Amino acid sequence: MLSAIWETEGLQTVGIVVLVFASIKLLHLLGLISFSEDSVEDELELSAVRHRPEGLEQLEAQTRFSRKELQILYRGFKNECPSGVVNEETFKDIYSQFFPQGDASTYAHFLFNAFDTDHNGSVSFEDFVMGLSILLRGTIQEKLNWAFNLYDINKDGYITKEEMLDIMKAIYDMMGKCTYPVLKEETPRQHVEVFFQKMDKNKDGVVTIDEFIDCCQNDENIMRSMHLFENVL
Amino acid sequence: MAAGVAAWLPFARAAAIGWMPVANLPMPVAPTEKNKRQDELIILNVSGRRFETWRNTLDRYPDTLLGSSEKEFFYNEETKEYFFDRDPDVFRSILNFYRTGKLHYPRYECISSYEEELAFFGIIPEIIGDCCYEEYKDRKRENAERLMDDQEDNKDAKLPNMTFRETMWRAFENPHTSTMALVFYYVTGFFIAVSVITNVVETVPCGSSPNQKEVPCGERYTVAFFCMDTACVMIFTVEYLMRLFAAPSRYRFMRSVMSIIDVVAILPYYIGLVMTDNEDVSGAFVTLRVFRVFRIFKFSRHSQGLRILGYTLKSCASELGFLLFSLTMAIIIFATVMFYAEKGSSSSKFTSIPASFWYTIVTMTTLGYGDMVPKTIAGKIFGSICSLSGVLVIALPVPVIVSNFSRIYHQNQRADKRRAQKVQKARLARIRITKTEGSNAFLHSKRNGLFNEALEFTNSTEEEQRLSKSTSLLESQHHHLLHCLEKTTNHEFVDEQYYQQSYLEAGLQNYPSRSPSLSSQDGVTGTCCSRRSKKHHTPLPNASAPAHMQPLTHTHTHQQGLQELSTIHIQTLNILPAMMLKFCNQFSSQITTAIISIPTPPVTTPEGDAHLPAAPTHQNVVKVSAL
Repeated sequence: MLSAIWETEGLQTVGIVVLVFASIKLLHLLGLISFSEDSVEDELELSAVRHRPEGLEQLEAQTRFSRKELQILYRGFKNECPSGVVNEETFKDIYSQFFPQGDASTYAHFLFNAFDTDHNGSVSFEDFVMGLSILLRGTIQEKLNWAFNLYDINKDGYITKEEMLDIMKAIYDMMGKCTYPVLKEETPRQHVEVFFQKMDKNKDGVVTIDEFIDCCQNDENIMRSMHLFENVL
Repeated sequence: MAAGVAAWLPFARAAAIGWMPVANLPMPVAPTEKNKRQDELIILNVSGRRFETWRNTLDRYPDTLLGSSEKEFFYNEETKEYFFDRDPDVFRSILNFYRTGKLHYPRYECISSYEEELAFFGIIPEIIGDCCYEEYKDRKRENAERLMDDQEDNKDAKLPNMTFRETMWRAFENPHTSTMALVFYYVTGFFIAVSVITNVVETVPCGSSPNQKEVPCGERYTVAFFCMDTACVMIFTVEYLMRLFAAPSRYRFMRSVMSIIDVVAILPYYIGLVMTDNEDVSGAFVTLRVFRVFRIFKFSRHSQGLRILGYTLKSCASELGFLLFSLTMAIIIFATVMFYAEKGSSSSKFTSIPASFWYTIVTMTTLGYGDMVPKTIAGKIFGSICSLSGVLVIALPVPVIVSNFSRIYHQNQRADKRRAQKVQKARLARIRITKTEGSNAFLHSKRNGLFNEALEFTNSTEEEQRLSKSTSLLESQHHHLLHCLEKTTNHEFVDEQYYQQSYLEAGLQNYPSRSPSLSSQDGVTGTCCSRRSKKHHTPLPNASAPAHMQPLTHTHTHQQGLQELSTIHIQTLNILPAMMLKFCNQFSSQITTAIISIPTPPVTTPEGDAHLPAAPTHQNVVKVSAL
């Protein structure tokens, strides 16, 4: 008697197992569950654009570079980024090679956002050349504007102490560990305090674009250093 | 600096404008480009094939032949091109290195010709990119082994002054060196075989008298077998002792696998001698005799193939482990399933899950003894699934092991995986050194740069040109960029040892009183140097000061007839007393004051007029401190 019961139970086990597998297969067919995780990321790779810049004449008109200079710039740009756009990772890589002793990735991130004016996550040659045109051939006003834009991380028109602290830490990170005198924790903060004391005229805790430009134009050191890189190309 | 990023240097410098509003100090002057040439094409004629490239491309690597002025030696005036009498095919890869920053090794090239070309053009092979580096290293190793093989065949001649011990060791390791070694080799091999056969035959039932049951030969001819065993063990013992004596490093020999096998092979005999026919321990004694079978492993000294097999198994340990693990998982799953499926049938052999393990193993390895069979339908279904999946699970790791074996057999016969790791470490170390050289180059040229500034004040252009020639324009621009960063943050880059030093000092908090004469130096120069000088002589009496040598950077500041900044001068003076301090601690205070007081006259006349006789003052200091 008992054996008969057990035998049917054995068959029932088989039946249940078959049912379970069939239902899993059905769900998989319906697309509700997927067994492999890497089917989604292939689509992202396809969107790696191949970007071709505008013609040489148009860029010449839009920027203050001569034809030859644009040629030199483009050759260097294309050499490092054959696809025609720089994404943030490559940008950080390139920038970090100039500062071997420290960690330049945070500052490179801010720089990237400053260059990527249309905020599409990649810097094309036009963005690159526009930025350089301002920095190397622009008026003092434009350069200061650009610097303000760099510091203003959330682009709301005000530089707060937190934003400045982030930028300052990023700059100090580039120095690395082996410095003289030894970098302390509060050095960036102190530097930010000095900056705000100088720039924040109405002491409201934020620096606006006008305060910034005013103050910089009154400071001789800053004015002189703005002209420093004019003959870079 | 890497190749392509040289093109991005203008960008990095332009982006430095972002630091300007933040900086509190004035920025250093940018290096001027004296003779700024428009980028031009240069023609490289390599054995008739013309390559053309921009001059800037070649300038990216100034420490190679093509990037430095060394190529001027190959300039041909008539044809206005650079002619190299070298292999044009290999030159392709070299020129691509300049263009892309990555050096590739073409597979069809001979390794030694490639290396020669690299050496000619001044490129170190460690730069070869990761894509081709493995290939390069493999080929290089093969080549080296081949050369070594050729050498070893000639090396068998006995060196005249080897000690007896060394001769013996060589004879043991390499039986082909002399006839004695060969004889020894064969004799030991023979005795190993005899011993193994004896152990086997011992258990065979010999013919017996009809009234008794069959007895194994070992019990019938006890004395004979005992004598045989004794003889073999004696030979093995003598051999082991001789190897132990001849081994260059006895400790290492005793830890090696072969010697352990030797010991395990002969130990049971001695233990058996010691123990008498005690009833309690005879069971353990019988177990010990099992270890006699280890004598067969002694054959691995005689057979290269056995050694390789052992090595393969060791190196395939992960695959074997995976096989074992997956098998165990499958066994447990199927045993459980079979147990529950067969629970119903009467007189079922599947009494428990562990009991089903046996069935599962036998089925999965497709042995199928038939001592346990399922009787229910469910059991049969699961049993068939079990045998099918067994085939798959076992078949999967086996090809991996096989291919491993063949690979190892062909390539790694000399067990040089350890050597490869060392080489990889060495390679990474060299790459790291060239990288730190890059950052050290900045520190070096910073000191040089200060001289440039001083010279600009005094308009001595010849020395300036001499100094500035040593760094290319690219480098000087890069250094200027780093200099600006220093100014922005008001901190300086230093190298590792100096940083350690100052870190210690900061912890020790040992600042003696500063000299008043030097502290009046505040507003003299805007350069970092004067600031540094103030800080430098504070740690002077510190006991750890000897390590505080402003390293190489200051020793090469002594140039004949060159005006030096007085502040730098003081620092070099500080080095010597630091060394002296080690020996005359009790004079420390006196030395400090002595040093500080002497240079007072030069200090108050800043850079410009005072022609400091560098050497004599230096010697004065030495005399004083040698009190």
